Amino acid sequence: MNKLANKTYTYYFLLPAGIVYFVFFLLPTIMSLFFSMTWWTLTDWEFIGLENFKTFLSEPSLNIGFKNTLIYAVLTSGLKVILGLLLGVYLSSKLKTVGFIRSMIFFPTLLSTIAVGIAFTMMMHPSQGIINIVLQGLGIAGPDWLGDTDIALLSVALVDVWKGVGMATVIFIAGIMSIPQDYYEALKIDGGNAWHNFKSIIIPLSRPAMNTVIILSFIGGLRSFDLIWTMTKGGPGFSTDLIASIIYKQYQAGFFGLSTAGNVILFILVSALAFPLYSYLNKKEVDL
Amino acid sequence: MFNTQRKKLVPLLLSSALMAGIIAGCNSKEETTSGGGKSSETETVTFLIDNQTQLDGIQGIIDEFEKKNNIKVEIETRPGGSEGDNIIKTRLATGDMTDLAWINSGSSLQAVNPEQNFVDLSNEPFMETIMDDYKAAVSANGKVFGIPGTPTNAGGWLYNKKVYSDLGLSVPKTWDELMANNEKIKQAGKTAVIGTFKDTWTSQVIVLADNYNVLQENPTFAEDFTANKAKIATTPAALRSFEKLEEVFKAGYMNKEFLATGYDAGLKMLADGEGAHYPMITFALANLATTFPDKMQDIGVFAQPSDSADKNGLTVWMPAGIFINKNSEHIDAAKKFLEFYVSQEGVTIYSSKIPPTGPFAIEGVELPDDVYPAVKDMIQYFDAGNNAPALEFLSPVKGPSLEQITTQVGSGISSAKEGAELYDKDVEKQAKQLGLEGW
Repeated sequence: MNKLANKTYTYYFLLPAGIVYFVFFLLPTIMSLFFSMTWWTLTDWEFIGLENFKTFLSEPSLNIGFKNTLIYAVLTSGLKVILGLLLGVYLSSKLKTVGFIRSMIFFPTLLSTIAVGIAFTMMMHPSQGIINIVLQGLGIAGPDWLGDTDIALLSVALVDVWKGVGMATVIFIAGIMSIPQDYYEALKIDGGNAWHNFKSIIIPLSRPAMNTVIILSFIGGLRSFDLIWTMTKGGPGFSTDLIASIIYKQYQAGFFGLSTAGNVILFILVSALAFPLYSYLNKKEVDL
Repeated sequence: MFNTQRKKLVPLLLSSALMAGIIAGCNSKEETTSGGGKSSETETVTFLIDNQTQLDGIQGIIDEFEKKNNIKVEIETRPGGSEGDNIIKTRLATGDMTDLAWINSGSSLQAVNPEQNFVDLSNEPFMETIMDDYKAAVSANGKVFGIPGTPTNAGGWLYNKKVYSDLGLSVPKTWDELMANNEKIKQAGKTAVIGTFKDTWTSQVIVLADNYNVLQENPTFAEDFTANKAKIATTPAALRSFEKLEEVFKAGYMNKEFLATGYDAGLKMLADGEGAHYPMITFALANLATTFPDKMQDIGVFAQPSDSADKNGLTVWMPAGIFINKNSEHIDAAKKFLEFYVSQEGVTIYSSKIPPTGPFAIEGVELPDDVYPAVKDMIQYFDAGNNAPALEFLSPVKGPSLEQITTQVGSGISSAKEGAELYDKDVEKQAKQLGLEGW
């Protein structure tokens, strides 16, 4: 008995954290799985099986939502990786103003997404927005950034990249900084130039940083909501709806069971895409 | 040794002193509140209201009511729109509702289960003067639950009378005449129809304000629609509402940037005469009056015309209601307040603070003589009996995505027929979620 107590007493120390995790994470997850299968008005509920999932999946705007979500996630994470890597390489060199530029690029990350959304909505106004005024000065007729259904999603994605690239850059800088100088010296001795530097040392050896950026921004893109809601509310019509904004609209309409089912679907979708991606990326990492 | 023990003692003393302070604080607070209540016996009634509603008139009524009675009315505000609806639902579900609640009549009220949550007012004497159309919009199973919180509004076409007289136009009696007017206005280089789809709710007005015309063609449409016997896409008169929206877009009568223009900018265009028509609900008159008080004489309103001149009437928006929480401890005081609210005195106070934007839904009360010209336009329809409530006050079914769908139809993304079909699906979902019969 005493032996058992000796073996297990350490687990008591996990208890506080465990309780917090259970109450605030596991319990709501289990509850939402349950409520996703009910007709729920907050006061009472009725079990209706998979009906909510059927209704949610037959939502007319969902096709657009799935497509938009994938486009948005791939586009934002792709751009963040490319721009973040280039900026990371540039900003890990020994420039004089490096500190200033670094903070300038990181600055948007500190802003509230809602504020960024409102500011850009005003800047993207077709005739009074500063972007189109500048374009007009250059003799280019600027498009209606958020009103044209073909480009509205891209406009929001670009704002997302502007806001998120600072974080990606910082991760890349950390990754590049941790590459030992020996590799560069070896390359110098072999007569390599800057391009070889980039291709054969920086890219393969900053792989862990790159994977972090890809995974973080891809998952972030899949469940992105705040920026699209501030800038277009999924509009015009349904043309920039993402899965998350569709879910929110169900919640707004008071369809609590249905919106919970939507969240379960989003959870499954994110897991189904993120886990395989994660293990694939992990396999490609090399040791320093 | 002695030293360490003293170190332990200090925090212990401090914390017990703090504890004692907290307990003492609690006690003293309790004492004062209970003591105060006993001596003056002022009852306090709490009132949850949304932050979009202009409070001047309501506050005026409250001030006078408090002077006359030993009852205090405390206003608490909440956001409007669907976010506000959710706050109401949550507070009702958690038993945290105020004594009085301000809730939109019609389908919004039906969504919060009035029978379970609010006091039945059917047999109160002050309910006798309330208009029957209004009672219908705040009833469930034959019981009436609320009083009108503001004057009635109408959905129609606000227009700039100056532009009309400059161009020699007259108020259109048919849809074709309206479109002909639009053409002339466009030729004159002005915006014929102001579109403000950045605030998506404004895109619904042409469809919703057509309900008088729908009911003229199909008098039982509202009941059939609720019972799932009539669909919009397959009912020609109802589909016509979507087609009217489509026609306005196709003819290019809206301002070029209607997708990036908001409600406030739309009001400015109308007041300045830059735009001639603004399909809108007349509560906009209150906003116009605060921002452009000197332009109110130029603004008029007419009903959305039908296809024939002999059917011409106004679609009416029933005002939000005031309801009494069934679990309130101050039901009698709350009833007293409602009685005062709908009395002639209450109406007079209200009108003196906010010039009414339409007739009151109370029989026998008088409007001041100096009402806005647009309100005079409205009263003509009421006096002739040519008015009908909007669909959302006749049926609990209103699809949540209507504003997105009307944005699509109004900006040419989908056709009127496609939009109507999409809305039918949206409505079906809503009806199923409400658990209505026949869906």
